[in-house]
Amino acid sequence: MIRRFIESKHTKAVPFKIIRAVLVIGICFMVLFPMFVRLTVSLMDESDLYDPTILYIPSNFTLNNYRMALDGLNYWESLRNSTLLAVATSILTLIACSLVAYGFARFQFPLKRFLFFMVVLMIVIPPQTVMLSQFMFFRYFDFGGFLPFITRDGSRHINLINTFWPFVIMSSTVTGLKNGLFVYILRQHFRSIPKELEEAAYIDGCGYLKTFATIVIPASVPMLTTVFLFSFAWMWTDNYYSSLFLTAPRILSSALGSLAANLWHTYVNTGLGQMTFITPGFSSIVNNAGIFLVILPLFVLYLFAQRAFVEGVERSGIVG
Amino acid sequence: MRKKASILGVRRSYIKKAIVGYLFISPFLVGFIFLFLGTLLQTFEFSRSFMSVGPDGYVLTPVGWDNFRRLFFVDPDFAFELVRAVFGMLPEVAMIIIFSFFTATLINQKFMGRSLARAVLFLPIILTSGVVLALEMNDAMLLYLSDVSGQAMALDGDSMRLLNSIDNMLGNLFITVGNFTIDPAFMIVMAIDNIYDIIIASGVQILVFLAGLQSIPPSLYEASTVEGATGWENFWKITFPMISPLVLVNVVYTIIDSFTRPTNEVMGIIHSMAFGQLDFGGSSAAALVYFLLVILALGIVVGLLSRWVFYYD
Repeated sequence: MIRRFIESKHTKAVPFKIIRAVLVIGICFMVLFPMFVRLTVSLMDESDLYDPTILYIPSNFTLNNYRMALDGLNYWESLRNSTLLAVATSILTLIACSLVAYGFARFQFPLKRFLFFMVVLMIVIPPQTVMLSQFMFFRYFDFGGFLPFITRDGSRHINLINTFWPFVIMSSTVTGLKNGLFVYILRQHFRSIPKELEEAAYIDGCGYLKTFATIVIPASVPMLTTVFLFSFAWMWTDNYYSSLFLTAPRILSSALGSLAANLWHTYVNTGLGQMTFITPGFSSIVNNAGIFLVILPLFVLYLFAQRAFVEGVERSGIVG
Repeated sequence: MRKKASILGVRRSYIKKAIVGYLFISPFLVGFIFLFLGTLLQTFEFSRSFMSVGPDGYVLTPVGWDNFRRLFFVDPDFAFELVRAVFGMLPEVAMIIIFSFFTATLINQKFMGRSLARAVLFLPIILTSGVVLALEMNDAMLLYLSDVSGQAMALDGDSMRLLNSIDNMLGNLFITVGNFTIDPAFMIVMAIDNIYDIIIASGVQILVFLAGLQSIPPSLYEASTVEGATGWENFWKITFPMISPLVLVNVVYTIIDSFTRPTNEVMGIIHSMAFGQLDFGGSSAAALVYFLLVILALGIVVGLLSRWVFYYD
């Protein structure tokens, strides 16, 4: 019976497969075409950009833009800093957001509705609105008034600007980039998992945290991976917090933001040629090369993370 | 006597669970109290003051509700742009949710090159974030070269003809609300014209739906198929209820994203008030009014949707 069902499905599916292929290829084309244009631009010489007879295929093919971008981004050092920052913050974000989301999903406590409303409010209010006071908070960080008891010299506040601490503190207290969204996504997900297994675990004397770690987390691998990837990608390309809290430690996103200007400075200072202002063509070719260098690690990460999706499906078989 | 003890027991277990709940959300409580509440109150204070920036910091002069009054009775654009933001948001949200759910079911199936298709659909998230978006918006050369969808927001000849032929077939279906006219045919043609913008804005939603589809236990489908359910029934009785909590979160996110992305007109007004005209009080007031409107829109939509959202609790 089942076998006949599957077989009939297979034979019927040929037109369906064709339609599906057309749709998938079409959607992917829409996303990839602008990327393709970027790629061609990043391989062009600046003069090609101004030549109206050249479209997509560079006549002066060059890898020079990539060489310049590697230099200007200080690529390997920035890559290391960015990786360190993004890995640390996304792991902390994932832990904090999933704990908070589970609390909102499964427990009843006073003020719950109000507090969850505040989580949504944190998604609504863009970080730009709270820029000034956040900067002040970390510039004169006082540990909620406890700092004099911790430090040896009894200083009232310390300056956390230009360290990774603001990012660590924000991502472990659910105030980082789009963390409200992560809490919301995970809460909705936890609420859609059957409750029976957790209840069985409680009856067996399993504690709340242990139940969460051993029952709920394994059933949520695809969703947790997705949240991790969002958090990682947004931290990786973030130019808002990194320009607010970091000026000295170079990370990829801030380096990319000032790439054209940096290269222009070295260009002028070393006396390689005359360039009185940054031409749009020059900034376009180096920025596009830079963008590829910056997003390539993300793309590779995503291809690896897909395995977690597949494993997650297999594991989630234990629920239900 | 015995009954009383059991009530006490229930009460005690409720209190215990409430404490555990607070412990679970404690990271949020700390961040909320120390990093968020203060800034929120500060914005409210700004909105009721006139701020002058001097050499040694800023000085606030309280002006009561003046900034708010100015927004609605003096500013010619603000109220109009608010209404326009709402009417622009509605069709956009509908199209993004439908498209992203459709795409997620598509790439959830097994076919050759599936991982690559998924990776490609991860790109919109990178392309619309942070520094990449900022560079793209400033790159005049690239905008000129990669103009794949024709003129944004204005219909070209072909689309105009398509619109006319749809109108000829169905007659003009106008819905008029106040001064605004909504033409469904026009919206569909517009959606086709702006398909790139829709794809680019659906990155997060597609991946959330995909992860949701992956989280549905395969045993549910197996059981119902053995019982003789068709794919259509499986979709409405299993997939749809199981995914409905994520439809809600995606709708909420899409609404917020539509209202607060940097290209939104009202966000532009708020930004230029603060950094163009240095009117921080007015800007804070505008931001508060705008966020209140967003919250109101969210409240209505969530209220309407949560009826058919299925939870296990």
